Amino acid sequence: MDLVVRLRAVVSLLGRFPALAGVDLDVAPGEVLVVGGPNGAGKTTLLRACAGLVALSSGEATVLGHDLRRDRRAVREEIGLLGHATYLYDDLTVEENLRFAARAAGAGVADAKAALDRLGLGGRLRHVAANRLSAGQRRRVAIAAVAARRPRLWLLDEPHAGLDAGGRDLLDALVVEAAGEGATVLLASHELDRASTLAGRTVTIAGGLIADGLLRAELRPAPAASSAAPSPGQAATGTAPEPLRVP
Amino acid sequence: MFRDAVLVAAKDLRVEARSRVATNQVLPFALLVLVLFAFALGTDRGTLSAAAGGLFWLAVLFSAMLAIQRSFGIEAADDARDALRLSGLDAGGIFLGKAGAIVVQLLLLEVVLGAGIVVLYDVQLHAPLLLIGSTVLATAGLAAAGVAYGMVAAGLRVRETLLPLLVLPALAPLLLAAARVADAALGGTPGLAAPWVRLLAVFTTVYVAFGVVAFGALLEES
Repeated sequence: MDLVVRLRAVVSLLGRFPALAGVDLDVAPGEVLVVGGPNGAGKTTLLRACAGLVALSSGEATVLGHDLRRDRRAVREEIGLLGHATYLYDDLTVEENLRFAARAAGAGVADAKAALDRLGLGGRLRHVAANRLSAGQRRRVAIAAVAARRPRLWLLDEPHAGLDAGGRDLLDALVVEAAGEGATVLLASHELDRASTLAGRTVTIAGGLIADGLLRAELRPAPAASSAAPSPGQAATGTAPEPLRVP
Repeated sequence: MFRDAVLVAAKDLRVEARSRVATNQVLPFALLVLVLFAFALGTDRGTLSAAAGGLFWLAVLFSAMLAIQRSFGIEAADDARDALRLSGLDAGGIFLGKAGAIVVQLLLLEVVLGAGIVVLYDVQLHAPLLLIGSTVLATAGLAAAGVAYGMVAAGLRVRETLLPLLVLPALAPLLLAAARVADAALGGTPGLAAPWVRLLAVFTTVYVAFGVVAFGALLEES
Protein backbone atom coordinates (compact mmCIF):
# COMPACT_ATOMS: atom_id res chain seq x y z
CA MET A 1 0.00 0.00 0.00
CA ASP A 2 1.30 3.47 -0.87
CA LEU A 3 1.65 5.55 2.24
CA VAL A 4 0.30 9.10 2.20
CA VAL A 5 3.08 10.31 4.48
CA ARG A 6 6.39 8.50 4.81
CA LEU A 7 9.09 10.18 6.90
CA ARG A 8 12.41 8.58 7.70
CA ALA A 9 14.93 10.18 10.08
CA VAL A 10 13.68 13.62 9.14
CA VAL A 11 15.61 16.46 10.71
CA SER A 12 14.61 20.10 10.45
CA LEU A 13 16.68 22.79 12.10
CA LEU A 14 15.41 26.17 13.26
CA GLY A 15 18.75 27.90 13.48
CA ARG A 16 20.76 25.40 15.51
CA PHE A 17 17.70 24.02 17.28
CA PRO A 18 16.41 20.70 15.92
CA ALA A 19 12.67 21.27 15.68
CA LEU A 20 12.46 17.77 14.19
CA ALA A 21 15.28 15.59 15.43
CA GLY A 22 14.93 12.43 13.36
CA VAL A 23 11.24 11.75 12.88
CA ASP A 24 10.01 8.43 11.49
CA LEU A 25 6.33 8.43 10.61
CA ASP A 26 4.01 6.47 8.34
CA VAL A 27 0.46 7.57 7.63
CA ALA A 28 -1.84 5.35 5.59
CA PRO A 29 -4.54 6.45 3.15
CA GLY A 30 -7.77 7.34 4.92
CA GLU A 31 -6.12 7.42 8.32
CA VAL A 32 -6.88 10.09 10.90
CA LEU A 33 -3.68 10.52 12.87
CA VAL A 34 -3.61 12.83 15.87
CA VAL A 35 -0.24 14.23 16.92
CA GLY A 36 -0.09 15.31 20.53
CA GLY A 37 2.68 16.82 22.59
CA PRO A 38 3.64 19.81 24.71
CA ASN A 39 4.33 23.31 23.47
CA GLY A 40 7.49 23.47 21.39
CA ALA A 41 7.56 19.72 20.87
CA GLY A 42 7.59 20.01 17.08
CA LYS A 43 3.92 19.42 16.17
CA THR A 44 3.60 22.53 14.04
CA THR A 45 6.98 21.97 12.41
CA LEU A 46 5.95 18.40 11.58
CA LEU A 47 2.80 19.59 9.83
CA ARG A 48 4.61 22.42 8.06
CA ALA A 49 7.28 19.96 6.96
CA CYS A 50 4.58 17.75 5.43
CA ALA A 51 3.33 20.84 3.58
CA GLY A 52 6.81 21.61 2.31
CA LEU A 53 6.94 24.87 4.25
CA VAL A 54 10.08 24.16 6.25
CA ALA A 55 13.43 23.05 4.95
CA LEU A 56 14.55 19.53 5.81
CA SER A 57 18.16 19.24 6.88
CA SER A 58 18.32 15.49 6.39
CA GLY A 59 16.20 12.40 6.07
CA GLU A 60 13.71 11.13 3.53
CA ALA A 61 10.23 12.56 3.17
CA THR A 62 7.51 11.49 0.77
CA VAL A 63 4.00 12.93 0.82
CA LEU A 64 1.28 11.60 -1.49
CA GLY A 65 3.97 9.85 -3.46
CA HIS A 66 5.97 13.02 -4.10
CA ASP A 67 9.44 13.70 -2.74
CA LEU A 68 9.13 16.73 -0.47
CA ARG A 69 12.55 18.05 -1.41
CA ARG A 70 12.11 17.82 -5.17
CA ASP A 71 8.41 18.22 -5.83
CA ARG A 72 6.90 20.51 -3.25
CA ARG A 73 4.48 22.06 -5.73
CA ALA A 74 2.90 18.70 -6.57
CA VAL A 75 2.48 18.01 -2.85
CA ARG A 76 0.88 21.38 -2.22
CA GLU A 77 -1.66 20.91 -4.97
CA GLU A 78 -3.12 17.97 -3.07
CA ILE A 79 -3.00 19.11 0.55
CA GLY A 80 -4.92 21.56 2.68
CA LEU A 81 -3.17 23.16 5.66
CA LEU A 82 -5.01 24.82 8.49
CA GLY A 83 -2.24 26.56 10.41
CA HIS A 84 -2.22 28.93 13.36
CA ALA A 85 -2.81 31.83 10.97
CA THR A 86 -5.98 32.07 8.93
CA TYR A 87 -4.31 33.30 5.71
CA LEU A 88 -7.04 35.88 5.10
CA TYR A 89 -6.76 39.23 3.36
CA ASP A 90 -8.32 41.69 5.78
CA ASP A 91 -9.77 44.01 3.14
CA LEU A 92 -11.49 41.27 1.17
CA THR A 93 -14.85 39.88 2.12
CA VAL A 94 -15.33 36.33 3.31
CA GLU A 95 -16.60 35.30 -0.12
CA GLU A 96 -13.78 37.06 -1.97
CA ASN A 97 -11.19 35.37 0.25
CA LEU A 98 -12.76 31.97 -0.38
CA ARG A 99 -13.09 32.54 -4.11
CA PHE A 100 -9.45 33.55 -4.39
CA ALA A 101 -8.31 30.52 -2.39
CA ALA A 102 -10.52 28.16 -4.38
CA ARG A 103 -9.55 29.54 -7.79
CA ALA A 104 -5.88 29.53 -6.86
CA ALA A 105 -6.18 25.87 -5.95
CA GLY A 106 -8.00 25.10 -9.16
CA ALA A 107 -11.23 24.38 -7.29
CA GLY A 108 -14.58 25.67 -8.48
CA VAL A 109 -16.42 28.65 -7.08
CA ALA A 110 -19.24 26.21 -6.29
CA ASP A 111 -16.88 24.37 -3.94
CA ALA A 112 -16.11 27.65 -2.15
CA LYS A 113 -19.80 28.46 -1.82
CA ALA A 114 -20.62 24.99 -0.53
CA ALA A 115 -17.81 25.22 2.02
CA LEU A 116 -19.06 28.60 3.21
CA ASP A 117 -22.56 27.29 3.67
CA ARG A 118 -21.26 24.22 5.47
CA LEU A 119 -19.30 26.33 7.95
CA GLY A 120 -22.27 28.58 8.64
CA LEU A 121 -20.79 31.53 6.77
CA GLY A 122 -23.53 31.95 4.20
CA GLY A 123 -26.04 34.78 4.16
CA ARG A 124 -24.92 38.27 5.01
CA LEU A 125 -21.70 37.15 6.62
CA ARG A 126 -20.18 36.24 3.26
CA HIS A 127 -20.16 39.92 2.30
CA VAL A 128 -18.38 41.06 5.48
CA ALA A 129 -14.70 42.05 5.28
CA ALA A 130 -12.38 39.63 7.02
CA ASN A 131 -11.10 42.36 9.33
CA ARG A 132 -14.57 42.67 10.84
CA LEU A 133 -14.87 39.03 11.77
CA SER A 134 -14.30 37.58 15.21
CA ALA A 135 -11.36 35.23 15.73
CA GLY A 136 -13.68 32.23 15.68
CA GLN A 137 -15.36 33.37 12.47
CA ARG A 138 -11.97 33.87 10.84
CA ARG A 139 -11.09 30.34 11.88
CA ARG A 140 -14.25 29.06 10.24
CA VAL A 141 -13.37 30.85 6.99
CA ALA A 142 -9.92 29.27 7.10
CA ILE A 143 -11.47 25.83 7.58
CA ALA A 144 -13.84 26.51 4.70
CA ALA A 145 -10.86 27.43 2.51
CA VAL A 146 -9.25 24.08 3.28
CA ALA A 147 -12.50 22.20 2.68
CA ALA A 148 -13.09 23.98 -0.64
CA ARG A 149 -9.82 22.56 -1.96
CA ARG A 150 -11.05 18.99 -1.35
CA PRO A 151 -7.51 17.96 -0.37
CA ARG A 152 -6.30 14.36 -0.30
CA LEU A 153 -4.32 15.19 2.84
CA TRP A 154 -5.68 17.51 5.54
CA LEU A 155 -3.03 19.03 7.79
CA LEU A 156 -4.80 20.56 10.78
CA ASP A 157 -2.75 22.42 13.38
CA GLU A 158 -4.71 23.00 16.59
CA PRO A 159 -7.88 23.18 14.53
CA HIS A 160 -10.24 23.48 17.50
CA ALA A 161 -8.50 26.57 18.87
CA GLY A 162 -10.72 29.64 18.89
CA LEU A 163 -13.85 27.80 17.78
CA ASP A 164 -17.09 27.76 19.71
CA ALA A 165 -18.88 24.48 20.46
CA GLY A 166 -20.82 24.59 17.21
CA GLY A 167 -17.67 25.27 15.23
CA ARG A 168 -15.85 22.39 16.90
CA ASP A 169 -18.69 20.02 16.08
CA LEU A 170 -18.69 21.21 12.46
CA LEU A 171 -14.97 20.72 12.21
CA ASP A 172 -15.20 17.21 13.67
CA ALA A 173 -17.97 16.35 11.22
CA LEU A 174 -15.82 17.62 8.33
CA VAL A 175 -12.88 15.50 9.46
CA VAL A 176 -15.02 12.38 9.76
CA GLU A 177 -16.60 13.08 6.38
CA ALA A 178 -13.25 13.70 4.69
CA ALA A 179 -11.82 10.49 6.12
CA GLY A 180 -14.94 8.65 5.02
CA GLU A 181 -14.35 9.88 1.49
CA GLY A 182 -10.82 8.52 1.55
CA ALA A 183 -8.88 11.63 2.53
CA THR A 184 -6.11 11.37 5.11
CA VAL A 185 -5.98 13.67 8.12
CA LEU A 186 -2.96 14.64 10.20
CA LEU A 187 -4.15 16.64 13.17
CA ALA A 188 -1.92 18.28 15.77
CA SER A 189 -3.58 19.18 19.02
CA HIS A 190 -3.07 19.86 22.69
CA GLU A 191 -6.63 18.79 23.29
CA LEU A 192 -6.16 15.06 23.04
CA ASP A 193 -9.43 14.34 24.82
CA ARG A 194 -11.31 15.96 21.98
CA ALA A 195 -9.02 15.13 19.09
CA SER A 196 -8.60 11.50 20.03
CA THR A 197 -12.31 10.91 19.45
CA LEU A 198 -11.54 11.48 15.77
CA ALA A 199 -8.31 9.55 15.72
CA GLY A 200 -7.58 6.16 14.29
CA ARG A 201 -4.17 6.50 15.88
CA THR A 202 -2.50 8.97 18.17
CA VAL A 203 1.20 9.65 18.43
CA THR A 204 3.05 11.93 20.79
CA ILE A 205 5.91 14.12 19.72
CA ALA A 206 8.43 15.44 22.21
CA GLY A 207 11.74 17.12 21.62
CA GLY A 208 11.32 16.78 17.88
CA LEU A 209 10.90 13.01 18.05
CA ILE A 210 7.87 10.75 17.83
CA ALA A 211 7.82 9.43 21.38
CA ASP A 212 5.11 6.83 21.23
CA GLY A 213 1.80 6.00 19.64
CA LEU A 214 -1.60 4.66 20.51
CA LEU A 215 -4.33 2.93 18.65
CA ARG A 216 -7.80 4.30 19.11
CA ALA A 217 -8.78 1.04 20.77
CA GLU A 218 -6.23 1.68 23.49
CA LEU A 219 -7.22 5.29 23.95
CA ARG A 220 -10.93 4.72 23.99
CA PRO A 221 -12.27 1.19 23.88
CA ALA A 222 -15.00 1.97 21.37
CA PRO A 223 -16.63 -0.99 19.63
CA ALA A 224 -15.84 0.37 16.16
CA ALA A 225 -12.12 0.43 16.85
CA SER A 226 -12.02 -3.14 18.00
CA SER A 227 -13.86 -4.53 14.99
CA ALA A 228 -12.40 -7.12 12.70
CA ALA A 229 -11.39 -4.54 10.14
CA PRO A 230 -7.77 -3.42 10.47
CA SER A 231 -7.36 -0.07 12.12
CA PRO A 232 -5.67 2.73 10.18
CA GLY A 233 -2.71 2.32 12.46
CA GLN A 234 -2.31 -1.25 11.44
CA ALA A 235 -2.71 -0.37 7.81
CA ALA A 236 0.02 2.24 8.13
CA THR A 237 2.70 -0.24 8.96
CA GLY A 238 1.25 -3.32 7.36
CA THR A 239 1.71 -5.16 10.65
CA ALA A 240 -0.08 -5.21 13.94
CA PRO A 241 1.35 -2.38 16.01
CA GLU A 242 3.25 -3.27 19.10
CA PRO A 243 1.66 -2.48 22.45
CA LEU A 244 2.24 1.16 23.13
CA ARG A 245 2.45 3.12 26.30
CA VAL A 246 -0.21 5.57 27.33
CA PRO A 247 1.52 8.92 27.77
CA MET B 1 0.90 31.32 -15.64
CA PHE B 2 -1.10 34.19 -17.13
CA ARG B 3 -4.34 32.94 -15.57
CA ASP B 4 -2.59 32.98 -12.20
CA ALA B 5 -1.17 36.45 -12.92
CA VAL B 6 -4.64 37.84 -13.61
CA LEU B 7 -5.98 36.20 -10.45
CA VAL B 8 -3.24 37.69 -8.26
CA ALA B 9 -3.39 41.12 -9.91
CA ALA B 10 -7.16 41.28 -9.50
CA LYS B 11 -6.82 40.31 -5.83
CA ASP B 12 -4.13 42.93 -5.15
CA LEU B 13 -6.05 45.66 -6.95
CA ARG B 14 -9.23 44.77 -5.09
CA VAL B 15 -7.37 44.94 -1.76
CA GLU B 16 -5.94 48.35 -2.71
CA ALA B 17 -9.33 49.64 -3.85
CA ARG B 18 -10.84 48.61 -0.51
CA SER B 19 -8.04 49.91 1.69
CA ARG B 20 -7.67 53.18 -0.29
CA VAL B 21 -4.04 53.40 0.78
CA ALA B 22 -3.02 54.28 -2.77
CA THR B 23 -5.51 57.11 -3.14
CA ASN B 24 -5.42 58.44 0.41
CA GLN B 25 -1.73 58.10 1.16
CA VAL B 26 0.51 57.31 -1.83
CA LEU B 27 -1.04 59.86 -4.19
CA PRO B 28 -0.97 62.78 -1.71
CA PHE B 29 2.60 61.81 -0.82
CA ALA B 30 3.65 61.95 -4.50
CA LEU B 31 2.02 65.34 -5.01
CA LEU B 32 3.65 66.61 -1.83
CA VAL B 33 7.04 65.52 -3.16
CA LEU B 34 6.43 67.53 -6.35
CA VAL B 35 5.59 70.62 -4.33
CA LEU B 36 8.62 70.16 -2.06
CA PHE B 37 10.89 69.86 -5.09
CA ALA B 38 9.52 73.20 -6.24
CA PHE B 39 10.26 74.71 -2.82
CA ALA B 40 13.78 73.26 -2.85
CA LEU B 41 14.65 74.48 -6.34
CA GLY B 42 13.03 77.89 -6.02
CA THR B 43 10.23 79.42 -7.99
CA ASP B 44 12.16 79.91 -11.21
CA ARG B 45 9.97 78.17 -13.81
CA GLY B 46 12.98 77.69 -16.10
CA THR B 47 14.88 75.66 -13.53
CA LEU B 48 11.82 73.56 -12.66
CA SER B 49 10.97 73.01 -16.31
CA ALA B 50 14.52 71.89 -17.12
CA ALA B 51 14.56 69.43 -14.23
CA ALA B 52 10.95 68.27 -14.65
CA GLY B 53 11.74 64.83 -16.12
CA GLY B 54 14.11 63.84 -13.32
CA LEU B 55 11.86 65.25 -10.61
CA PHE B 56 8.85 63.42 -12.05
CA TRP B 57 10.65 60.09 -11.96
CA LEU B 58 12.06 60.69 -8.49
CA ALA B 59 8.52 61.29 -7.25
CA VAL B 60 7.40 58.11 -9.01
CA LEU B 61 10.31 56.19 -7.50
CA PHE B 62 9.55 57.30 -3.94
CA SER B 63 5.88 56.46 -4.42
CA ALA B 64 6.79 53.10 -5.93
CA MET B 65 8.65 52.22 -2.73
CA LEU B 66 5.41 52.70 -0.81
CA ALA B 67 3.43 50.67 -3.34
CA ILE B 68 5.93 47.81 -3.24
CA GLN B 69 6.04 47.81 0.56
CA ARG B 70 2.28 47.75 0.57
CA SER B 71 2.13 44.90 -1.94
CA PHE B 72 4.19 42.68 0.36
CA GLY B 73 2.63 44.08 3.52
CA ILE B 74 -0.72 42.54 2.60
CA GLU B 75 0.99 39.18 2.19
CA ALA B 76 2.81 39.48 5.51
CA ALA B 77 -0.39 40.04 7.47
CA ASP B 78 -1.83 36.79 8.82
CA ASP B 79 0.92 34.78 7.11
CA ALA B 80 -0.77 35.15 3.73
CA ARG B 81 2.64 34.52 2.13
CA ASP B 82 2.37 30.92 3.31
CA ALA B 83 -1.03 30.81 1.65
CA LEU B 84 0.57 31.94 -1.61
CA ARG B 85 3.16 29.18 -1.31
CA LEU B 86 0.47 26.60 -0.61
CA SER B 87 -1.97 27.92 -3.18
CA GLY B 88 -0.68 25.95 -6.12
CA LEU B 89 -0.32 29.17 -8.10
CA ASP B 90 2.55 29.35 -10.56
CA ALA B 91 5.36 31.42 -9.04
CA GLY B 92 5.91 33.28 -12.31
CA GLY B 93 2.23 34.05 -12.36
CA ILE B 94 2.34 35.42 -8.81
CA PHE B 95 5.28 37.61 -9.82
CA LEU B 96 3.56 38.94 -12.94
CA GLY B 97 0.33 39.48 -11.05
CA LYS B 98 1.92 41.47 -8.24
CA ALA B 99 4.04 43.47 -10.67
CA GLY B 100 1.00 44.05 -12.90
CA ALA B 101 -1.05 45.41 -10.01
CA ILE B 102 1.77 47.81 -9.10
CA VAL B 103 2.06 48.91 -12.75
CA VAL B 104 -1.65 49.75 -12.85
CA GLN B 105 -1.41 51.76 -9.62
CA LEU B 106 1.72 53.60 -10.73
CA LEU B 107 0.34 54.43 -14.18
CA LEU B 108 -2.71 56.03 -12.57
CA LEU B 109 -0.41 57.88 -10.20
CA GLU B 110 1.77 59.04 -13.12
CA VAL B 111 -1.24 60.53 -14.91
CA VAL B 112 -1.93 62.71 -11.88
CA LEU B 113 1.75 63.49 -11.37
CA GLY B 114 2.07 64.38 -15.07
CA ALA B 115 -0.75 66.86 -14.72
CA GLY B 116 0.94 68.22 -11.60
CA ILE B 117 4.21 68.68 -13.49
CA VAL B 118 2.46 70.57 -16.29
CA VAL B 119 0.69 72.85 -13.84
CA LEU B 120 3.42 73.38 -11.24
CA TYR B 121 6.53 73.30 -13.43
CA ASP B 122 5.04 74.87 -16.57
CA VAL B 123 6.30 72.25 -19.01
CA GLN B 124 5.18 71.62 -22.59
CA LEU B 125 4.51 68.15 -24.03
CA HIS B 126 6.29 67.94 -27.40
CA ALA B 127 6.33 64.19 -27.95
CA PRO B 128 3.43 62.68 -26.00
CA LEU B 129 3.61 59.23 -27.62
CA LEU B 130 7.30 58.90 -26.76
CA LEU B 131 6.56 60.03 -23.23
CA ILE B 132 3.67 57.60 -22.79
CA GLY B 133 5.55 54.65 -24.29
CA SER B 134 8.69 55.20 -22.24
CA THR B 135 6.63 55.75 -19.10
CA VAL B 136 4.86 52.40 -19.53
CA LEU B 137 8.18 50.67 -20.22
CA ALA B 138 9.97 52.24 -17.26
CA THR B 139 7.03 51.60 -14.95
CA ALA B 140 7.00 47.91 -15.91
CA GLY B 141 10.72 47.65 -15.19
CA LEU B 142 10.38 49.50 -11.93
CA ALA B 143 7.53 47.25 -10.77
CA ALA B 144 9.34 44.07 -11.87
CA ALA B 145 12.54 44.93 -10.02
CA GLY B 146 10.55 46.15 -7.04
CA VAL B 147 8.56 42.92 -6.74
CA ALA B 148 11.67 40.74 -7.12
CA TYR B 149 13.61 42.64 -4.46
CA GLY B 150 10.47 43.03 -2.37
CA MET B 151 10.28 39.25 -2.18
CA VAL B 152 13.93 39.07 -1.11
CA ALA B 153 13.20 41.43 1.78
CA ALA B 154 9.72 40.13 2.58
CA GLY B 155 10.69 37.51 5.12
CA LEU B 156 13.00 39.76 7.10
CA ARG B 157 12.08 41.75 10.18
CA VAL B 158 13.91 44.77 8.79
CA ARG B 159 12.15 44.61 5.42
CA GLU B 160 10.78 48.16 5.49
CA THR B 161 14.24 49.73 5.79
CA LEU B 162 16.09 47.11 3.78
CA LEU B 163 13.94 47.27 0.65
CA PRO B 164 15.02 50.77 -0.47
CA LEU B 165 18.66 49.83 0.11
CA LEU B 166 18.28 46.77 -2.10
CA VAL B 167 16.08 48.12 -4.83
CA LEU B 168 17.22 51.71 -5.38
CA PRO B 169 20.63 50.76 -6.82
CA ALA B 170 18.92 48.30 -9.16
CA LEU B 171 16.50 50.98 -10.27
CA ALA B 172 19.17 53.61 -10.91
CA PRO B 173 19.63 52.71 -14.61
CA LEU B 174 15.87 52.81 -15.14
CA LEU B 175 15.60 56.16 -13.38
CA LEU B 176 18.45 57.60 -15.45
CA ALA B 177 17.06 56.36 -18.76
CA ALA B 178 13.45 57.31 -18.00
CA ALA B 179 14.50 60.81 -16.90
CA ARG B 180 16.56 61.33 -20.06
CA VAL B 181 13.70 60.20 -22.28
CA ALA B 182 11.33 62.50 -20.40
CA ASP B 183 13.76 65.42 -20.78
CA ALA B 184 14.00 64.76 -24.53
CA ALA B 185 10.24 64.48 -24.92
CA LEU B 186 9.52 67.58 -22.85
CA GLY B 187 12.39 69.57 -24.33
CA GLY B 188 11.36 69.05 -27.95
CA THR B 189 14.37 66.86 -28.83
CA PRO B 190 12.84 63.37 -29.16
CA GLY B 191 15.66 62.26 -31.45
CA LEU B 192 17.99 62.19 -28.43
CA ALA B 193 15.81 59.63 -26.67
CA ALA B 194 16.55 56.57 -28.82
CA PRO B 195 19.53 55.14 -26.88
CA TRP B 196 17.77 55.69 -23.57
CA VAL B 197 14.63 53.94 -24.81
CA ARG B 198 16.77 50.98 -25.81
CA LEU B 199 18.35 50.97 -22.35
CA LEU B 200 14.89 51.04 -20.77
CA ALA B 201 13.80 48.12 -22.94
CA VAL B 202 16.85 46.07 -22.03
CA PHE B 203 16.59 46.63 -18.28
CA THR B 204 12.83 46.07 -18.21
CA THR B 205 13.18 42.85 -20.17
CA VAL B 206 15.95 41.63 -17.87
CA TYR B 207 14.01 42.44 -14.69
CA VAL B 208 10.78 40.84 -15.93
CA ALA B 209 12.60 37.72 -17.13
CA PHE B 210 14.58 37.48 -13.89
CA GLY B 211 11.42 37.81 -11.85
CA VAL B 212 9.50 35.16 -13.77
CA VAL B 213 12.38 32.70 -13.49
CA ALA B 214 13.59 33.44 -9.95
CA PHE B 215 10.42 34.34 -8.08
CA GLY B 216 9.67 30.75 -7.13
CA ALA B 217 12.99 30.35 -5.37
CA LEU B 218 12.65 33.78 -3.75
CA LEU B 219 9.16 32.91 -2.49
CA GLU B 220 10.38 29.64 -0.98
CA GLU B 221 13.43 31.16 0.69
CA SER B 222 11.83 34.34 2.03
